[in-house]
Formats: sequence, C-alpha cells, structure tokens
Amino acid sequence: MRHRPALVLGALAALTLVSAVLAVGVGSVPIPPSTTLRFFTGGTVDPTAAVLLQQVRLPRAATAILAGVGLAVAGLLMQTLFANPLADPFILGVSSGASLGVAVAVLGGGTLAGGFVAGLGLTGRAGLVTAAALGALAVLMLVLLLGRWVRSVVALLLIGVMIGSATTALVSLLLAFSAPDRIQKYVLWGLGSVSGTTWPDLAFLAPAVLVGVGLAAWIAPSLNAMLLGERYAASMGVAVGRVRTAGIVATAVMAGAVTAFCGPIAFVGIAVPHLARLALGRADHRWLVPACALMGAVVLQLCSVIAQLPGSDGVLPLNVVTAAIGAPVVIAALLRSRTLAAGAAA
Amino acid sequence: MSGRADLVVERLTVGYPQRRRFTRSDRVVLGPVSVRAAAGRITLLLGPNGAGKSTLLRSIAGLQHPLGGHVTLGGSDLHALDPWTRAARLAVVLTERFDPGLLRGEDVVALGRFPHRARSGSFTADDRRAVTQAFAAVHAQELADVLLAKMSDGQRQRIMIARALAQSPSLLLLDEPSAFLDAPARIELLAVLRRIAAERTIPVLASTHDVEAAVQLGQDGWLIGPGPQVTSGPVPELAAGGAIGAAFDTDQVLFDPSSGRFGLR
Repeated sequence: MRHRPALVLGALAALTLVSAVLAVGVGSVPIPPSTTLRFFTGGTVDPTAAVLLQQVRLPRAATAILAGVGLAVAGLLMQTLFANPLADPFILGVSSGASLGVAVAVLGGGTLAGGFVAGLGLTGRAGLVTAAALGALAVLMLVLLLGRWVRSVVALLLIGVMIGSATTALVSLLLAFSAPDRIQKYVLWGLGSVSGTTWPDLAFLAPAVLVGVGLAAWIAPSLNAMLLGERYAASMGVAVGRVRTAGIVATAVMAGAVTAFCGPIAFVGIAVPHLARLALGRADHRWLVPACALMGAVVLQLCSVIAQLPGSDGVLPLNVVTAAIGAPVVIAALLRSRTLAAGAAA
Repeated sequence: MSGRADLVVERLTVGYPQRRRFTRSDRVVLGPVSVRAAAGRITLLLGPNGAGKSTLLRSIAGLQHPLGGHVTLGGSDLHALDPWTRAARLAVVLTERFDPGLLRGEDVVALGRFPHRARSGSFTADDRRAVTQAFAAVHAQELADVLLAKMSDGQRQRIMIARALAQSPSLLLLDEPSAFLDAPARIELLAVLRRIAAERTIPVLASTHDVEAAVQLGQDGWLIGPGPQVTSGPVPELAAGGAIGAAFDTDQVLFDPSSGRFGLR
C-alpha cells in the first residue's frame, strides 16, 4: 500500500490527542473529557477543575508526551546507529550517569560531592534534576571522548555498557553506606514518574526534546544509508563519523533531559521503535522518526493513565506499568509479525 | 567527450598505518602498484586468499586511506574529491552483510541515489529513471516489492549491484560479488557485469577467487602474486604465460594452463 505510512501517521496523531484527553482526566479527582474539551474551547469550567487542569494535569500530560517522544526517537537512533535491535536510549550509560548524579545528591549528603550539590542551593526537586543532568552529561562527555579513539561501533557500545556498569557500582557503594530514608528517596526517583513537573520545568524539557527530534529528522536520510552498514554508507558519501556524533548527542540530550525530570523510564525507548516499524511496514527513517515520536507520546500517556489506576486511590510506579504491560505487548507483536519471524529484527 | 574514462592506479601502496609514539612503521600489504582498467570492459582482480584483494579495492574506493600513490579516473584524482562528489562517480558492492530488517528491494536500490539527491531528499524523475534502469540491468524488476530478508543470496546480490548502478557511477568496484553464488549464477553474474561495462562504457573492477570462471570469460585481469607484485593483462594470457600458476600453486595443487583448471599434483 503506497499510502500506508501517511495513514499510520494520521492515525497516530489522532491517537495522541485522544490519549491526551484521557491522561488529563485521570487522577484523584476525575475530570470528564467534556470538561477538558470545554476548557480548551474557552467554555465555562468549574474553577477547581480549571486550576487542577492548568497546574497539575496539563503539565503531567505534556511531560508524558515529551518524555515519550524523546525516549522513542532516542531509542530509534541508538538501534540504527548500533545496528542492534536491543539498543535503547540508555545503552551508552546516560541513565546510569543520571542515577549516579541523583545518588550523590540524595545519598551522599555528608560527602564532598553532596555538599557541592547542596552548595549550589539546589535542594529538593531542582537539586535532583540538576544532579541527574550533570551525571548524564559527565557520562556523555566520557563516551564521546573515548569514541574519538575507537573506530568500531561495537567497541563504542561496549565502552558505554562498561561505563554504565562502573557507575552502577558506584551507586551501589553509596547505597550500602546510606540511611534508609535517603535510600527510599533514591528508589522513588528510580521508579519513574511524569507527575510533579511544573511549567518552568517544561520550559527546559521541551526545547531539549525538540532539539533532539530536530537532529534526528535532519540525519534521517543518512540513517537510511546506515542501514546497509557503515562502509556502504561511507561509499555513498555519508559522513559516518559526523552522523554518529549527531545521533549520540541527540540521544543524550533527549534521554538525559527526560531522565532528569522523570527518572529512568524503562521499556518505552526499546519497544516503541519496533512497534513503529511494524505499524509502518517500512524501514525509512523519514517516516520512522515522526512515527516513533507520535507512538512514544501515545504509549507513555496510556502507561501514565494506567499507573493512576482510574477508579481507585492508589498509584502504581510508572516503570511497573511500562514493563508489566509493555513487555508482553511487544513480545506478542513480534511473534505475530511474519516479517520479523523471517529473521529481520531491526 | 569520448565517454572512455579508464581507471589508472599509479604507484599505489596499500596497508595499515601503525603509529607508535615517536616512529611510524606502516604495515604494507601491497605495492607500489601501477595498473590500468579499461572503460567498457571487466577487469578481474585475482589472487590467493589474504593476498590483499579487498584492501586494494577498498583503497581504490577511498574507503581506506592508501599509504601512498594516486588513483585517477579519466584523469581526475579520485581521492582528492570530497566523499559526496566521489560517491557520484564510483559505486561499490561489498562483502558486508547487514541486517535486512524491513528493507525491500526498491528501498535498497533507491538508496543508491543518495549522493545525487538534494538535502531535502525529494525524488526526481531522473532518480526514478536511474532506479528503473538499474533494476532492468540486473533483471530484478520483480524483486522491487520483495523484502530483502526473503531473497536468496543470488537475488540479494543482484539488488546490491542494482543499488550500485543506481548511483550512476563512472566506475564500478565489486568485492567478491560471486562469493555466495552457485556455479551457473556465477557465470551469469560475470555476463551481466560484462554487459554493464560495455553498455555504460565504464570500467568494472571485480575481485574474485574463481580463477577458472575468469579464464573462461577471457577479459582483463590484475593478478596479485607471487608475493606482493601485481601483473596485469588478459586473463587467458596470464594463464598461458604461467603467471597464474606462479601465484596460486601450492605443494599439493597445480594450475594447468591448457585446461584452465586446478588439479592435484
């Protein structure tokens, strides 16, 4: 079908809007879709609901959209650049770096580094975000620096994984010597959440994600050539090194910013690119980048809706939902797909 | 323009640079090599395993920095061009295997237009024509909508050659294009390449370890060996003159120039 990609994108855009209305509605005080629509069309709305929408629900939905877009597109970039269907946005250690930053800030209260973070006047949420961003940035710089000396992507991948393991070990060390209440704060951050963001937060998150998606769209034609491997890409005039650096920077900016605000959200980055490929039936990145962006927004919003457990008072950790519901969905989708059964996973 | 632009290799030394802290001692694989490949004909690059066929091809293609020397096509220095411009002049078919994913035949062949397309990525009538002609040249029109993952090795190789042709190259380089093919498909492939060279009046340089087919085909050859020397000439003459035997013979195996075949001593 010639028009399938355009149809898929249209359907995903519609789904994004529908899931946004759903996501805005759920919570301790449910807001029916009719109220949400009236709020947007300028009709009269109950003032409590209006405040709730503006201060809590809309930032939460916007965060879910931005995080979903960023993680999905970053996952696509990593899977293509490393020619590896198992790659995700965190494969180069970005989330481990963010975790270390948060661990130092939360757990290392008495230490020199913890004092440094506290000395910046950053406590509470802003402190967490800054610490996570600094940690992600530090790991990114290290990977890019080491990447100058290695030629093969496999070596770069291994370096990323090794740095990730080393950072995780440091976090474990900090955990071993910390008080339980601090550990709990760290664990809560690690469960992932799209709640609690404010409009000023979004003023940081939105540009980071937009820059990343823009970079991804810019290198999309080159990424298509990279599907044949780096040598073929180079023989067609692709500046392989520059495309790789652009992809890594875009990934780190998106994954780093999302992790800083939302914690390490699992599954979305690895699964959504596969779902987008199945939906499109194509491997063309000029379609895949927008499809991943939209599908990421839909998936993460729906996960955040389920995490709110509509109709009850409880709230599930976001990562429990993304993994418990997402993993079976992806496995089922992969098993049902004849094209992937033919031995084509990427 | 006569349209005849030969590939000329002048004193090309290929290998791997080895930099230590203060000294530079390069590991030379081959060279200096001075040979020529005529436009409109196939030139087969022959040599035992490990002789440096792939290294030489990659160095000519600019995918690997040569240690010295020049490569010119119709008088212009290929390695002085920026990669983008060079990709519009020369195309390669490599031995790389990649994950075919959801790529269809047409997706891969259309990728060959990459160096000719504007940044916008829009597909012009010229692009469409080049892709159609490339499919026709390798008789693969029926593979346009087929997933690469479902193709046989021979079909996939035809698609990779079509991709290279879609690049509208003035020089076509192929590394072991017949490696995964059965005997009839190998002969057929060489015939297809010979026709492409003649119709487009371009030099086609293909490495192969299939010496017997090369002798039968009777086109030009570059022979690596014995040792790091390169001899050029029509393949039947290289065979009759004993050069092929000198390069390939081992303790157990002997090349027979009269039959053009290898046999046990």
